[in-house]
Amino acid sequence: MNQSQSPKWMSNGEAGLAVFFSATAFLCLIAAGKALDTAFAFHATLGAAASLWAVFAIFNRYYDRPYALPPEEINGRPNYHLGPIKFAAAISVFWGIAGFTVGLLIASQLAWPALNFDLPWTSFGRLRPLHTSAVVFAFGGNVLIATSFYVVQKTCRVRLAGDLAPWFVVLGYNFFILIAGTGYLLGVTQSKEYAEPEWYADLWLTIVWVTYLLVFLMTLIKRKEPHIYVANWFYLAFIITIAVLHLGNNPAIPVSMFGSKSYILWGGVQDAMFQWWYGHNAVGFFLTAGFLAIMYYFIPKRAERPVYSYRLSIIHFWAIIFLYIWAGPHHLHYTALPDWAQTLGMTFSIMLWMPSWGGMINGLMTLSGAWDKLRTDPVLRMLVVSVAFYGMATFEGPLMSIKVVNSLSHYTDWTIGHVHSGALGWVGFVSFGALYCLVPWIWNRKGLYSLKLVNWHFWIATIGIVLYISAMWVSGILQGLMWRAYTSLGFLEYSFIESVEAMHPFYIIRAAGGSLFLIGALIMAYNLWMTVRVGEAEEIAPMSGLSPVALQPAE
Amino acid sequence: MSFWTRHQIFEKNSIILVVGILAVIAIGGLVEITPLFYLKSTIEVVDGMRPYTPLELTGRNIYVREGCYLCHSQMIRPLRDEVERYGHYSLAAESMYDHPFQWGSKRTGPDLARVGAKYSDDWHVTHLTNPRAIVPRSVMPGYPFLAETEVDPTTIVDHLRTSRAVGVPYSDDQIASAVADLNAQADPDNAGVDAFAKRYPKAVVRNFDGKTGVPTEMDALIAYLQMLGTLVDFKLYNEKANLR
Repeated sequence: MNQSQSPKWMSNGEAGLAVFFSATAFLCLIAAGKALDTAFAFHATLGAAASLWAVFAIFNRYYDRPYALPPEEINGRPNYHLGPIKFAAAISVFWGIAGFTVGLLIASQLAWPALNFDLPWTSFGRLRPLHTSAVVFAFGGNVLIATSFYVVQKTCRVRLAGDLAPWFVVLGYNFFILIAGTGYLLGVTQSKEYAEPEWYADLWLTIVWVTYLLVFLMTLIKRKEPHIYVANWFYLAFIITIAVLHLGNNPAIPVSMFGSKSYILWGGVQDAMFQWWYGHNAVGFFLTAGFLAIMYYFIPKRAERPVYSYRLSIIHFWAIIFLYIWAGPHHLHYTALPDWAQTLGMTFSIMLWMPSWGGMINGLMTLSGAWDKLRTDPVLRMLVVSVAFYGMATFEGPLMSIKVVNSLSHYTDWTIGHVHSGALGWVGFVSFGALYCLVPWIWNRKGLYSLKLVNWHFWIATIGIVLYISAMWVSGILQGLMWRAYTSLGFLEYSFIESVEAMHPFYIIRAAGGSLFLIGALIMAYNLWMTVRVGEAEEIAPMSGLSPVALQPAE
Repeated sequence: MSFWTRHQIFEKNSIILVVGILAVIAIGGLVEITPLFYLKSTIEVVDGMRPYTPLELTGRNIYVREGCYLCHSQMIRPLRDEVERYGHYSLAAESMYDHPFQWGSKRTGPDLARVGAKYSDDWHVTHLTNPRAIVPRSVMPGYPFLAETEVDPTTIVDHLRTSRAVGVPYSDDQIASAVADLNAQADPDNAGVDAFAKRYPKAVVRNFDGKTGVPTEMDALIAYLQMLGTLVDFKLYNEKANLR
């Protein structure tokens, strides 16, 4: 060690990022000055401010940090990089509550339209993408980033690759969320569902996502374990496929380099196919593959049992990623999309039932010999019930993709109910369960502040979900039947507005269910906050946790 | 070596796993999407389709901006009740100049694929300003601000030019006259009406919002709504020629 002789240098990463952000600050300032619309000016200003902050933060860290960068190992144990995970976990709770609140607001707007306030930025049409993006990408995305960074380190027994790169991923991703969310309120959208952000936000996300892939992949490459653990296959498939989908669905030409509006390269029927190829696989790879990775790590870990079947996980993995990609056209049944594509979409959607249930069985049966823990551990119960909801939603999905069923269910609230049994029941619960596990681990706490509160969260949220989805089943099927009802004289029986009126009570029940779900999340936020603030510190160092038995693949 | 042992090649080599994933996820998309670009039967051959006028395109962008597509579909399915309620089922050709498509996925409100010419302009002005003034049990938000916001004509030329870059067949003439056409369509007394009508045959020229002066966003949105589904004349449409 010649610390006294050689001067302290900035690492390549620090210097490179500082230059990069200086450049983006400069470009953003120019863009803000020449902006053609206020939304673009606002976003460019945000970009400049964030870039300047990043340059400052990089230098600040450089002056504060010790001579050497953090070591890979301390006393022969991996020196896990937990900072970005803590940030992503904490902000996921914030975004979750924000997203659920907006969801409750727009649900209420459908019951009481006065809540739109006749203002542009509070109307349903602008808030709905805010809700979906906040829950899917902000809440779900941060949970996925947090857990994937944690799981990949633990199961590879190495420190996360890159020094600033993981921070770049986490902060850059949340900056994307900020741009996307404020954009919706200002009317910046390309109207492609779940891919609403405009061209400049898409470009930024591409940079962040490629970095995410590199951090994850480089960590896998330098692993100390001979095998790549099954959860990491799913994370990897999620990261790669989302990159492919994002690039495929979003190519657009901006009207001006200094304006927010762009025109998408694809048009009409091809655009529709691209959109639902993307849209359904945002479900398949973001909301399914990513969260299945959580299932494959957190359930075995919490139940202290190995994954039920190693062979089933292999079949599950390849079958689900192969079949999911085909399912998109079931969103376009009976539309102007050619029949052959619709038939393919339906066929593969039905086949998808099998690997989905294979995964569910693998998750549930992991509890063999540990079922008694469901009585005593509400966190495990939450995780297991999430898998049960997964099973239910992945049965309902293939059912709804059958063309005859779809002719009734499409365009109705049934779809909304189906999405939410997956989103609230599966994605929500598996995320809550993972956060309840993860927060004590990364903040080095003995356990949660209160298991009793987890129990309250579980039951309140479950009742909320049941209210929500049953209200939507009834309203959706009712709507579908009213639209196609004929009188004995052969006239359509109901005008459209009569079907709208009939929805009113169900929209109120749905809003009630949503508020219960939100209350549950607030309880969780309090519980996690208290865990971090007053929880007893774990005596053993957090990095000494052994990998679960589950990590050993069958030989 | 058993199948399970062979699988270890993916478990022990990250790059092979990446390649495997890419190969497996590529197939479905390639099979379903690429033929749509070359199979001639994908888009029907019809008469009457034309690019949006500058005012309609502006209105369409407002439709997109306000998220109308989240509650209104523009895709009538060939089902008995839908055809009776909304009109002839939608053709792929009818959205071939749509970047992005607006088929929608939910009908909190009715389908709009053929809403054009169904209601008067006055109806639309009142309804968009306060939907419950006309339909008491409607749950649609009100958009009173549209009538108060003037359309910004300065970028319309770039909008048409960009649309052409993504495949909409705007002519040089249409692009060059975009600003004049934008103003002419909302003002029947405008000197440019005749030239506009030549560039966009059968396009409707009216004072959509009923107010004189510069076109407002209300003009633009109503101009768009009033042309929806009106371009193809289904009395002349030959269904058999487009069997697929």
